[in-house]
Amino acid sequence: MNRREFIKTSLLASSALALSSCIRGGFKTGSDTQKAMEMRTDSHGTAVSLLGYGCMRWPTIPPQKGQEDKREIDQEMVNRLVDYALENGVNYFDTAPVYCQGQSEKATATALLRHPRNSYLIATKLSNQNGDKTLSEGQKMFENSLSIFQTDHIDYLLLHNLGGEEAFKERFLDNGLLDWLMEQRKKGRIRNLGFSFHGAPAGFDAILNWHEKVHWDFVQIQMNYIDWKHAGQSGSWQGKRAANAEYLYGKLAEKDIPVVIMEPLLGGRLANLPEGPTQRLKKREPELSVASWAFRFSGSFPKVLTILSGMTYMEHLQDNIETFSHFRPLSEEDKSFLEETARMILNFPLIDCTDCQYCMPCPYGINIPRIFAHYNHCVNEDYIPQDSTSKDYREKRRAYLIHYDRIVPRERQAGHCIQCGECLKHCPQQIDIPKMMQKIDRYTEKLRRENPAEI
Amino acid sequence: MKQKGTLRLIRIFFAGFFFIGITLLLLDTSGVLYRYLSWIAKLQFLPAVLAVNLSIVLPLLALTLLFGRFYCSTLCPLGVWQDVVSHCADKQTPHRFRYSHNKKWLRLFFLCVALVGIFSSLNILLSLLAPYSIWGRIVTHVFQPLWGYLTQIISHIEQHFELYYTFPREVYLKSLVGLISSLFFLLIISLLAWKKGRVWCNEVCPVGTVLGYTAKFALFKPSIDYKKCIGCKKCERNCKASCINIKAHKVDYSRCVDCFNCISQCPVGAISYASTWKIKPQKQSDTASKPDMKRRALLTSLAVALPAQALAQKVDGGLTLLEKKKTPERKVVPVPAGSVSIDNMEKRCTACGLCVSKCPAQVLKPSTELHNLMQTTMTFDKGYCRPECTVCSQVCPTGAILKITPEEKSAIHIGHAVWIKESCLPFAEGESCGNCARHCPVGAIRMVKISDSGLSGKGAPDENLRIPLVNESRCIGCGACEHYCPTRPLSSIYVEGHLQHRID
Repeated sequence: MNRREFIKTSLLASSALALSSCIRGGFKTGSDTQKAMEMRTDSHGTAVSLLGYGCMRWPTIPPQKGQEDKREIDQEMVNRLVDYALENGVNYFDTAPVYCQGQSEKATATALLRHPRNSYLIATKLSNQNGDKTLSEGQKMFENSLSIFQTDHIDYLLLHNLGGEEAFKERFLDNGLLDWLMEQRKKGRIRNLGFSFHGAPAGFDAILNWHEKVHWDFVQIQMNYIDWKHAGQSGSWQGKRAANAEYLYGKLAEKDIPVVIMEPLLGGRLANLPEGPTQRLKKREPELSVASWAFRFSGSFPKVLTILSGMTYMEHLQDNIETFSHFRPLSEEDKSFLEETARMILNFPLIDCTDCQYCMPCPYGINIPRIFAHYNHCVNEDYIPQDSTSKDYREKRRAYLIHYDRIVPRERQAGHCIQCGECLKHCPQQIDIPKMMQKIDRYTEKLRRENPAEI
Repeated sequence: MKQKGTLRLIRIFFAGFFFIGITLLLLDTSGVLYRYLSWIAKLQFLPAVLAVNLSIVLPLLALTLLFGRFYCSTLCPLGVWQDVVSHCADKQTPHRFRYSHNKKWLRLFFLCVALVGIFSSLNILLSLLAPYSIWGRIVTHVFQPLWGYLTQIISHIEQHFELYYTFPREVYLKSLVGLISSLFFLLIISLLAWKKGRVWCNEVCPVGTVLGYTAKFALFKPSIDYKKCIGCKKCERNCKASCINIKAHKVDYSRCVDCFNCISQCPVGAISYASTWKIKPQKQSDTASKPDMKRRALLTSLAVALPAQALAQKVDGGLTLLEKKKTPERKVVPVPAGSVSIDNMEKRCTACGLCVSKCPAQVLKPSTELHNLMQTTMTFDKGYCRPECTVCSQVCPTGAILKITPEEKSAIHIGHAVWIKESCLPFAEGESCGNCARHCPVGAIRMVKISDSGLSGKGAPDENLRIPLVNESRCIGCGACEHYCPTRPLSSIYVEGHLQHRID
């Protein structure tokens, strides 16, 4: 195929694709699925949809050059997504003051306020992990959330991103913030008080031990068929290995605390698997999406209250509503099949990044999550040739380098990382980001060096 | 004789081949085509003269003595471009030319200007007039950005299909002077071509003048058989060189570019391209052009005697804006390995921009200084000069960058790194870094603790941090340290060029 033919066919194909997506994208009214949305009840008997909306990944408008520091949320689209979700029975919306560069609460509120207050449940967080940890700052943050949502109560309030007892003490105990929050719960301004957790088992136990005193109404944990038995598998810094979801869930079920699930898809990674595992899942259930397996896994556990999915695109929302409207829990056989799949996936040297953006902005301008996304994509697609004698070396090398340049501008690539380690404090997956940056840079340099004319 | 259209078609074939070839060579960013096409640039007359490449110059002159100024109609991209423009104008106003007199003195004046450019330090005079370089700059500065956008679009489409053929090339302003002057030349030359055909080639171009006066003695020339001629003037009106005087049945061979349009236009076949031996004696035995010995001496000397030459709370997501890197003020701006010395570069480079457009690391850039305006220099804000890469040395047609191998390159010192203490992160921000040492391909930078150096007690915020020590004798001046240095807008470590490259 010569260049001209290629351009012709690709233009044709892309316009056809655009057309077909227009047709498919026509939004269904949803009345056919509404009644079937799987519901669970919380500790106060409130009905909660098993699919919860994670508001950490709202769609954004592509920034103009020179304004990449601030990404504006596509409010129009958020409104449409929220409308569609509500229409189809999703009623749990999980946001935080720090999400989407601090714009998530506002965008979520703007969309929700167009609907009656009793048609949705608000979950937001006390995200005092990065800045001032005083009582007054914490109070301010909570009051600010109330005023953004123009309401007198938050349905679910989480102590955001706890990793262990130390942070818990510093952020909530020593400053008296937890006492104040419990007071607010008594007053009805907080309906459910809980925490979200990333970290090692010891830290989890320590915080959970406060249950008698605090009475956690719910706890949010990271759970999916990889983290069930293999959390933090690909190595972490400081040797702190994250707790397996099996352990966390077991502890919570023991104490009869409802569980909210985050990262059921690991930031979309369980929707984009390497070819082998994809084929395996597809073969077993040809009509179901790869992502649906991960949701069905988490939803199969009875103490799970809701499963948060950060649905950026309408297609994600539609696919998930499909999964949760005709919800089929996994059989024991399915579960062991998934466990085997998890082991297969773990054979690939994927990086644990879930694109949560907590590490961003990097003070030196590195686009960390995009670099990891690039690397994982290349692992999935087998674009990582070991050396110049490996099969299809030229094609793979080309694909790797072109893909890298396509999604990460040169000045934001891994080579510019100065190893300052600022990101380490923020990564909930405990990825040794500076080390990975060096690894990726070395590998890229090696590829570029091997044929310097074609880079 | 069945010459009517065939000669013209042959001319168009070769013109198309060389024009597309050389333009693709200049445009292509894949890093593949130059291997197959760089020989075309080396056939260019003036670059070959500057490179003292006798194996090109002598055959070109010999062929011109045989066949006339075929060079201007086939090999010269600027000439072919004018033909294309002129051809388009033909569609609108056919038969628009008319014989004009040879502006001998104007041509000699520009030739002298070019010679001054060659032999003096005013190299810019030559680069402004050299036809291949003009075209090179037009492609590099005007067409390549468009090409870059095209690769981005294609790459974007490919992305949807998981295809990886096209590198999305970043489009950026290489040089404002380059862009403006190239646009100016493109406009002027195209306009002249639209109105008056090959007037640039026959009144300004120094290569045209040299080849033109050589072609006067060519063996094969188009000539008019006055017996057959019916005086319809079709040939004269279609001669874009305005060199056919039909009244006198004469062709001014110093201006004829062998386009053969006249032959295909003549309704009675009165014009033929044939050996001068066969040319019939002309009606008016005119003042036969006697070879001007002085001029000839000058021209031969030209061919031979050239060796002389954050919110209160940190929120998640977003990107830190990156201030654009500025080029440091260097005492000597380095030139790429293979160019031997700054002098050699300034003498030989005709600013065609071929190396600039081929440089895969986007290190080469046209100069904005007056003394070497638009000639090739180096900058490291987009990348660094990889020791393994020798593309520029392989494509340079003028000998400004001589051919070297990667092995040779890694031993050529084009400059050395200079450290600026004040802005370096350990000193300025109390932050450890070491990016320069990590990326140095020859291990010329070592990081040592401030407390272990003579700077201990000189105001560093934390003496346990490490600072870079540059081993200048090992440094090859590749610029990796400068490129990867995180301080902006000026890097805290930068390359100073060497006037004379050193090899060890």
